[in-house]
Amino acid sequence: MTLNTLRTVLFLVFSTVITTVGFASEDNKDQEKEGFNAKEMIMHHVKDAHEFHVFDWNEKPVTIALPIILYTDNGLTVFMSSEFHHDDSGHHIVKKDGQKFVKFHEKIYQLNADANEVAFDDEHHPTNASMPLDFSITRNVFMMWVSVLVLLSIFILSARRYKKTEDNVPTGIAGFIEPLIVFVRDDIAKPMIGDHKYKKYMPFLLTIFFFIWVNNIFGLIPILNGANVSGNIAFTLTLAVFTFIVVNVSGNKNYWKHIFWMPGVPIPMKIFLMPIEIVGMFVKPISLMIRLFANITAGHIIILALMSLIFIFETIAVAPVSVAFSLFIGLIEIVVTAIQAYIFTVLSALYIGMATEEAHH
Amino acid sequence: MELITPGFGLVFWTAITFLFLLLILRKFAWKPILGAVEDREEGIKSALASAENARKEMENLKADNERILNEARAEREAMLKEAREIKAKMIADAKGEAQTQAAKMIEQAQTAIESEKKAAMAELRNQVASLSVDIAEKVVREELSNKDKQLKLVESMLSEATLN
Repeated sequence: MTLNTLRTVLFLVFSTVITTVGFASEDNKDQEKEGFNAKEMIMHHVKDAHEFHVFDWNEKPVTIALPIILYTDNGLTVFMSSEFHHDDSGHHIVKKDGQKFVKFHEKIYQLNADANEVAFDDEHHPTNASMPLDFSITRNVFMMWVSVLVLLSIFILSARRYKKTEDNVPTGIAGFIEPLIVFVRDDIAKPMIGDHKYKKYMPFLLTIFFFIWVNNIFGLIPILNGANVSGNIAFTLTLAVFTFIVVNVSGNKNYWKHIFWMPGVPIPMKIFLMPIEIVGMFVKPISLMIRLFANITAGHIIILALMSLIFIFETIAVAPVSVAFSLFIGLIEIVVTAIQAYIFTVLSALYIGMATEEAHH
Repeated sequence: MELITPGFGLVFWTAITFLFLLLILRKFAWKPILGAVEDREEGIKSALASAENARKEMENLKADNERILNEARAEREAMLKEAREIKAKMIADAKGEAQTQAAKMIEQAQTAIESEKKAAMAELRNQVASLSVDIAEKVVREELSNKDKQLKLVESMLSEATLN
């Protein structure tokens, strides 16, 4: 795909995202007074959660309980999320080792020792509780691990395929996987980093590409209930930090020179450019982080918002429109899953390429 | 705001998961797969190169064959030419030889004829002489019945012999 067509596709995707979100959020405001709150539902799906909510049965939520791991002043505390009994309002208190925990808006608070009930200020912030470090296996962590299992089985199985044949012919699943790997190598790593240095970065680029892609795809599978892993800022932040580390660790003399003392320009210009380049160093991974987060989250929001229309208008007549639109957006999202994984990887490779480029003045 | 605030737990688990995935996949997937792909590409490259070499070799062989054929043809041509020349030379030589031989033989014959002729002449002269002597004897015997006549005859004969 040439860069121009890519740009066109991205523009189309972005413009759809923006117009539809605007349209959807207006509806939400109008409907807030009624029973169904679209904003709350969407945010609940988009954000992380401590339990895996599969569906409601007879007004009761059916969930998969996940472990909650907290690091408090007394060390690690571990219990299952089911102990909160699906309470997310902070009223149900879980007592562990003399510590009291409540869950409020998917956050775990530790009540102060003398408090028996959580108290809120005007902005709905608990006043008599502190937040312990939360290492819980949340919905996103759980889905991320599922994606890891899928990735490991796909790729280790395809790697095994090569051992079975004597002449390195890809058979079975390897026949499907190999073109993707060769694509990452020939269309991402080689042109961005260069034929001589790309090999060292192949594991990183391949892992990041497939990790993002598979998590993007998982986010689109409805029964997994919007496990929005790649649309979570923590996830994109971590990957962007890895790219930042790889880029700056592999940065050569030429790269640092271009940041701190730009060659080929007058001295006042060098001084002027230095802070800009230093900011640029950080802006690159930040743009990676925000791009992936915003694209994937926006996709989830649109689809959920379109579906919410049925409940907002409280009529089944809207359903065909909703379904048609979300199918349309869903198809675009399938493309976006690959495009975003591709863009993240291409830009990471590009930054690595820029950091390892030899001086040619 | 909460949407764009990264949760510490998820950052922690993502980092650990990503590193784990990277290490495991690098060892058990990327290395063998990329290795196999590269091996195959190398194989294809070398196969193509050897095919190209074989083609070049074939061309060389062809050129060689052509050259050898041409050389053989030229050689045959030269040999034929040489043979023709030899033939012509031989014929010419034989002709010359025959001519000289013939001339020699003719000369010899001529010499022989000449000498034979001379011998015959001498023989003839001898015969004539002895005949003449015989005749003369007879005549003389008749004549020389008297002394005078004898002397006269001798006289005349002597003069005759001197004249001869």
